[in-house]
Amino acid sequence: MPSIKIRRIAAGAAFSVVAFSLAACGPGDQAAGDFDDTVKVGILHSLTGTMAISESTLVDTQKMAIEEINAAGGIEVDGKKYKIEYIVEDGASDWPTFAEKAAKLIDQDGVPVVFGGWTSASRKAMLPVFESKDAFLYYPIQYEGQECSRNIMYTGATPNQQSEPATVFMYEKSPAAGKPFYLVGSDYVFPRTSNTITKEQLASLGGEVVGEDYLPLGNTEVAPIIAKIRTALPDGGVIINTLNGDQNVAFFKQIQDAGITPANGYYVMSYSIAEEEIAQIGPEFLESHYGAWNYMMSIDTPESKKFAENFKKKYGSDRVVADPQESAYNMVYLWKKAVEKAGTFDNAAVREALIGVTFDAPQGPIEVKPNHHISQTVRIGQITSDGQFDIIEESDGPIAPLAWNQFVPETKGYTCDWTRTDVPDPGKFRM
Amino acid sequence: MVASSTLLPQPSRWIRVAIWVLILAVLVAAPSVLPVFRLNLLGRFLSLAIAALGIDLIWGFTGILSLGQGVFFALGGYAVAMFLQLNTSAAAGMLPEFFRLYGVSSLPFFWEPFRSPVFTLIALWLVPALVAAVLGYLVFRNRIKGVYFSILTQAALLVFFNFFNGQQKLINGTNGLPTDTTVLFGQQVGSEPVQRVLFWITGLLLILSWFFVRWVVRGRFGDVLIAIRDDEPRIRFTGFNPVVFKTIVFAIAGALAGISGALFTVQSGIVTPQFMSVPFSIEMVIWVAVGGRGTLLGAIFGAVLINYGKSLVSEALPQSWLFIQGALFILVVTALPQGILGWFFAGGFRNLLVRAGLARPLATYPSLELDGQEEVRL
Amino acid sequence: MTLLFETLFNGLAIGSVLLIAALGLAIVFGLMGVINLAHGELIMLGAYTTYVVQLIFRLPFLAPFYDAYVLVALVAAFVVSGIVGVLLERTVIRRLYGSPLETLLATWGVSLILQQFVRSVPLASAAGLVLTLLLALLGPAVLPGQWLAGPRGRFTRAGVWAGAALVGVLAAASLGSLVPSLSRANPRNVDVTAPAWMRGSIELAGLTLPVPRLVIIVITVVAVLGITWFLARSVWGMRIRAVTQNRPMSDCLGIPTETVDVLTFGVGSGLAGVAGVAVSLLGSVGPNVGASYIVGCFMVVVLGGVGNLLGTVIASLAIGVMTDLIGAGRLLTAWPGMPPSIAAVVDFFATTSMAQVLIFSLIVVFLQFRPSGLFPQKGRLVEA
Repeated sequence: MPSIKIRRIAAGAAFSVVAFSLAACGPGDQAAGDFDDTVKVGILHSLTGTMAISESTLVDTQKMAIEEINAAGGIEVDGKKYKIEYIVEDGASDWPTFAEKAAKLIDQDGVPVVFGGWTSASRKAMLPVFESKDAFLYYPIQYEGQECSRNIMYTGATPNQQSEPATVFMYEKSPAAGKPFYLVGSDYVFPRTSNTITKEQLASLGGEVVGEDYLPLGNTEVAPIIAKIRTALPDGGVIINTLNGDQNVAFFKQIQDAGITPANGYYVMSYSIAEEEIAQIGPEFLESHYGAWNYMMSIDTPESKKFAENFKKKYGSDRVVADPQESAYNMVYLWKKAVEKAGTFDNAAVREALIGVTFDAPQGPIEVKPNHHISQTVRIGQITSDGQFDIIEESDGPIAPLAWNQFVPETKGYTCDWTRTDVPDPGKFRM
Repeated sequence: MVASSTLLPQPSRWIRVAIWVLILAVLVAAPSVLPVFRLNLLGRFLSLAIAALGIDLIWGFTGILSLGQGVFFALGGYAVAMFLQLNTSAAAGMLPEFFRLYGVSSLPFFWEPFRSPVFTLIALWLVPALVAAVLGYLVFRNRIKGVYFSILTQAALLVFFNFFNGQQKLINGTNGLPTDTTVLFGQQVGSEPVQRVLFWITGLLLILSWFFVRWVVRGRFGDVLIAIRDDEPRIRFTGFNPVVFKTIVFAIAGALAGISGALFTVQSGIVTPQFMSVPFSIEMVIWVAVGGRGTLLGAIFGAVLINYGKSLVSEALPQSWLFIQGALFILVVTALPQGILGWFFAGGFRNLLVRAGLARPLATYPSLELDGQEEVRL
Repeated sequence: MTLLFETLFNGLAIGSVLLIAALGLAIVFGLMGVINLAHGELIMLGAYTTYVVQLIFRLPFLAPFYDAYVLVALVAAFVVSGIVGVLLERTVIRRLYGSPLETLLATWGVSLILQQFVRSVPLASAAGLVLTLLLALLGPAVLPGQWLAGPRGRFTRAGVWAGAALVGVLAAASLGSLVPSLSRANPRNVDVTAPAWMRGSIELAGLTLPVPRLVIIVITVVAVLGITWFLARSVWGMRIRAVTQNRPMSDCLGIPTETVDVLTFGVGSGLAGVAGVAVSLLGSVGPNVGASYIVGCFMVVVLGGVGNLLGTVIASLAIGVMTDLIGAGRLLTAWPGMPPSIAAVVDFFATTSMAQVLIFSLIVVFLQFRPSGLFPQKGRLVEA
């Protein structure tokens, strides 16, 4: 008799699931207007897996940018108005899947451009695909640099637009100025490379790094690291934090309990904590720590406010915008402008037209430089109790991006310029 | 436990011939019919089928469930990627690019032998086989088996993942080693002609692996394996040493996973520690479960079917793939324990027709095994 | 000396998290021979329950009791994970007794579904769904027997399901309107904040003891003692042990083995829920929270062996102390004058990832001497 019982339970459960999931469905997106044609672009982020937490916000923002463009008449090429449509693919937080889906978008769907990626590992996995097919990827996240591809447009910060000014600030102007540094990161390429740069830079400034630690991705047991920090920094100091996603939560909750707080002279500078992460971790754990970004939600300009308001209007008043989202938003506009400037969707022409394109972004004016990165304003903020950044330092206007780091001996003196034809490899050559 | 006390359901001759004709037709026709992207996908799935054959050998025939085949898969992939990296950078007289980035000036010692193509061709299956043999021997020797063994292999998987993921200066950490832009015989590995050749090689190796595994499971060796699966203490009492047999098949499965990983790597363009992620290794098992464990064709069929399905579904409805995959796991295990091919070979299709009143039931002598199963279900 | 105490405390802290996370898994494995790969997701459900309870306690009329929300969350998490566990047992696992490997795969499927479930279903609806299940599963137990008998039984049962569904939908709707952020699906991580009294740290003999860690140690101790009492002394605990030892004989003696299975699995799952409350005090609450604890649980179960809770306790503490000893490079601190060659090796393993590598190798070596874990079951073991 158990099987009948089971069936009954299963039927009941199925009924309830259907009832509840019906309630969960929302209305679809609709945009109207007079268009002559459509163009399909690819959006490639993780919708499932560990990175979905972060990357889904970028998809939201890119959809919003595309809708804004469509509402304003779409893309105008050769006197024809194109409506932008998008194909969203799931990278599933798995780097080889990113490569596979990139190939699918290029070969199967024939999209002129792909917007996507978050982790450096996913970008590195996609890079060979875009290079061997001579297609184009727009990558929105601040990263470790040391790369300059003909087939990638990087709209996030390079180290000289984020971590380097932040290191100088922490060493010279922060309340823990002059104190030793401790470096904590997740065990993957961005933290390791970024920390290499910080160590070289700090050595040139005369500072001291007393410890360096990496937590394997997916592991949230931070107790040994906290023990090491307490031993290495007995009287306060600077902690440079490049942990990823979930691990930040464990880290900040537990350092506070262990007495590693601003009140005791410990200041954490994080390169991956933006407003979105603050909301997820809880501002009470982060108050008075620091962050360095190009865009902060608290920027008081009409562009910034409009960006934040539109996002809240579309996705809910409890949502926030942050630097990675701004960057993802900008890149859609940069692509639109480049296409309109080139007058075609053809890859080679758009690539050429791209350099020099400017945009009044929510963070202020930005410009695409010949190394396929953009010039951006650098801001350093202190986290407030309401989950925002109190901007305490801002660069004088946009800072030019450096793809190859000038503190790391191996890449010192190298540069990248895709307008040059007189050097064998415009992606990396001596200045 | 299903089909455990009985010999495997054998398909009738004409079904087998039909399936083989179908497989050969796919291999011959695919390159001219499919667009490059889909062809490349099919090539990858066929290479995954080789790993599935190995899992079928150890799980379907010997009753060992390994949740750590990703280790061997990745080792094979790394072997070939290291060779390609060296081969490409040697032409320029330099170290592979990522080494220079991290300030490594001399090649780590274990990279050295991978300059040789012959060594690489041997290492890509021998290294995983040896690792499997050592791990297997240490575990089987202590009569650790069943679920205990499964979770131990899963822990091993995580440990290997951590090691490869953390060692940036040795093997480029999370980023893995790309192969798409490397050069082989003056051609880019990611280019279309090379990929076509790789597709053929994959097809050929898959057929060879199939013959090899079939040779292993037929005959006395195979009988001992099945006996181990069904009643290990009894086989020990009869004077066989199961440890030897289990270690050998586990090593063979490791070698097959290595070959599979190498072929998969050159066709997908990159090897990363993600090949050692926990979900991927469990997925491998489910290919075999869906196709039909204990039937070699089922393993191949399952691997290709599930992966094609995954690729298509995740394109159309990314978020629902996990739901579908999860439901598939539960469904196959509870409702279709013999897998699709196993069900089909066991006359499942005919039974459906009978139920629908379209065919006459076959009168058979009541099977003894049924009683045993009832007892197990209890 | 301080160093020793610090290592011991840290080891205890890490170990108690492992223990509370692995406890349910070890019990189910030990008593039923089933490894539940969805155990991590049951922990996750417990953590999400904590989040929902926390939001409910922020409502104006409950705000005065906010400090106590963790206690309510402990009970709620036990119930939620327990209910899901019971459902899991009755629909899937029951069909697979006797084939543990198949159970392994099926529960993995369940874990995938649960992970995606919390991403794509609003938490208010999920809470309503759990309420529905709770009422529908408990309903028949409280109704008079004759209502359920005969032809009337079918209508009664249908009525119970319908009523439970109605209550669930209403509860979901009202929860959604009271706490708007629960009415939308949220694939991102959520923020659980411990009440003020559970934050900060206590200074004791030169040591800094973080309060949440202490709370987790207390929860773990209570859970272990409670479960030991339950299994050793209570009537149902006795029945559970009887069924574990000899199922057919227990059945003959009138022990309802089916109920025992449900109960065992429900308690094991409920403990996962309690673990969820504990881990939400330490780290993030999100769809992946279970995945980050499950492998640690396996290590504990492998090392601890089956059939004895003491093995599980000692295994988790041993792994905890070793993690701290190796991962925090304590040997370097304790012996600064160590020769550079040894120091280099110690330093190489002095990260949490490499510590895990080393611990696993040690476990494999250990199994060479004690193949069935720390405390193998005594007596003639029938290999099955």
